[in-house]
Amino acid sequence: MSASRVRRHGSAAAWLFSAPGLALLGLFMVAPFLAAAYFSLTNQRLISPLPTRLVGLENYAAVLGSGSFWNSLGNNVTFVVIVVPLQTVFALWLAILVNSDIRGRVVYRTLYFLPVVTVIAAAAVIWTLLYNPRGLINAVMETVTFGAFAPDWLNSTTWALPAIIVVSVWQGVGFQMIILLAALQDVPDQLYEAAQIDGAGTWQQFLNVTLPGIRNGLIFVVTVTTILAFRLFDQVWIMPQTPGGPLDATRTLMLEMVETGFGQQQIGRASAIAVIFFLIVLAVTVVQRRFIREEGEVS
Amino acid sequence: MNARGRHVLQHAVMLLLAAFFLFPLAYMLVSSFKSDSAVLSGSDSFEAFVPTPWVGGENYSDAMERASFLRVFFNSVLISVCIVGLGLVVNSLLGYALARMRFAGRRFIVTMVIALIIIPFEALAVPLLFMSAEVGILDTYQVQILPFIANPLFVYLFYTFFLNVPVSLEEAARIDGAGPVRTFVSVVAPLARPAYATMAILGFLFSWGQLLWPVMVTRGVEVRPLPLGIGTFMTTPPVQWGDIMAYAAMMTLPLLVIFLLFQRYFVRGVASSGVKG
Repeated sequence: MSASRVRRHGSAAAWLFSAPGLALLGLFMVAPFLAAAYFSLTNQRLISPLPTRLVGLENYAAVLGSGSFWNSLGNNVTFVVIVVPLQTVFALWLAILVNSDIRGRVVYRTLYFLPVVTVIAAAAVIWTLLYNPRGLINAVMETVTFGAFAPDWLNSTTWALPAIIVVSVWQGVGFQMIILLAALQDVPDQLYEAAQIDGAGTWQQFLNVTLPGIRNGLIFVVTVTTILAFRLFDQVWIMPQTPGGPLDATRTLMLEMVETGFGQQQIGRASAIAVIFFLIVLAVTVVQRRFIREEGEVS
Repeated sequence: MNARGRHVLQHAVMLLLAAFFLFPLAYMLVSSFKSDSAVLSGSDSFEAFVPTPWVGGENYSDAMERASFLRVFFNSVLISVCIVGLGLVVNSLLGYALARMRFAGRRFIVTMVIALIIIPFEALAVPLLFMSAEVGILDTYQVQILPFIANPLFVYLFYTFFLNVPVSLEEAARIDGAGPVRTFVSVVAPLARPAYATMAILGFLFSWGQLLWPVMVTRGVEVRPLPLGIGTFMTTPPVQWGDIMAYAAMMTLPLLVIFLLFQRYFVRGVASSGVKG
């Protein structure tokens, strides 16, 4: 066989191996993405007797001009700004705890991970009952605060979002813990030994050995948590009495998009929300990556 | 503080954390064996964790009947098994090709796959809904399976995994005269067991709990998956909490069992793949 035939043979195999994956990604990700960009410029509806026509940036103007959109975006931002740091630090703490040489650490690790394995719809329903005004959480709250603090969590415009944040962290933190645990176990022991010889205390070892050692793991966790946090939908759909309630206090962009596209069947306008949503997530991811990378380069 | 004291303190902290993660699940299990009224009335004290009055499997049989449990359970199993099973093949083949084979456009495809990871499915849901309606596959199994087989995150997982595997074994196989397909099946795939286990568990988690997409593309109970069934209990009064908790438990248990069986491979898989960054 000549060299060129070998290459052609290899290239045929490469396309054979890649074709199913590429075809599916193209059909179910790239095509809908392009379609969303196109639909957002039209008056497309799910079922409509009227012909579809281009409407320019009308959908974007309508979305950006609606108070509901900005309210949802605000809720999303609040959620992300609280959940991402909280969950990352919590996950790192858990990972360090289960990475120590304490007895039963595998059991602890498994227990901490169990909420991740719980279906979010089931978790949301259980917590809805726990947040009941006369439920378990308020029983504890009343005991701890001598009856001073026992809100009707899911029916309060102030406390509904924090209540949902607790559920999200409870459910998600175990996954981040596993990723950070894997990163922690990759930090070479010699680095800690060297630091100890240099007289570094526990805290200094954490700052100078652990944190730089798990930098990539941390970047991954922060990026993924941010993207997942922006996608918040299931909890706000199930837990409040009306989705996104009370008084839109837990309405998110995803809920806004689903109700526009699915409830009101306005595909064009919902696509505009989808495109805006994608641009926001893209921008946040790019900024985050650059910011974190630059910080890493300074040290 | 001496070493012993520190250990005791750490155990105390870790037990408290375990309680935080477990109490909702314990509450679910206990409540699922109580009468509906007792679930609510006893929820404000330690009685919440005492299964009295005990009603045995009554809530479970109620829940099974009201939500056509067997049907939706079968739907969920079928959908998840298809997504994960086909996904293991498709994603690993693409990841392997990108990591090992030289062909035109390879670098571009790698970049595209990474870019696709950050596109949330939700942003594609509306146009995909429209396309599915046009093709006429709403209310089917296909519409719930096909979009999720290929997953850029899993392609990337396999890609980084294969980059870290030494090529020597594959070269030996090639010298022995094995073609690319033979080499993959008999040499590469067995090596990649941790990556396959990781994808299997994560893929099962994603697909088993899906809510948004099934809400959009299914109407009747015939093809609906488990998580949507819980809505039937919340919307049709009276709200029977015992039944709901029984349903939640039945929905969660299969995943718990799968995870407990495979968790060792899972942790190793995350450690040896690109997921950790």
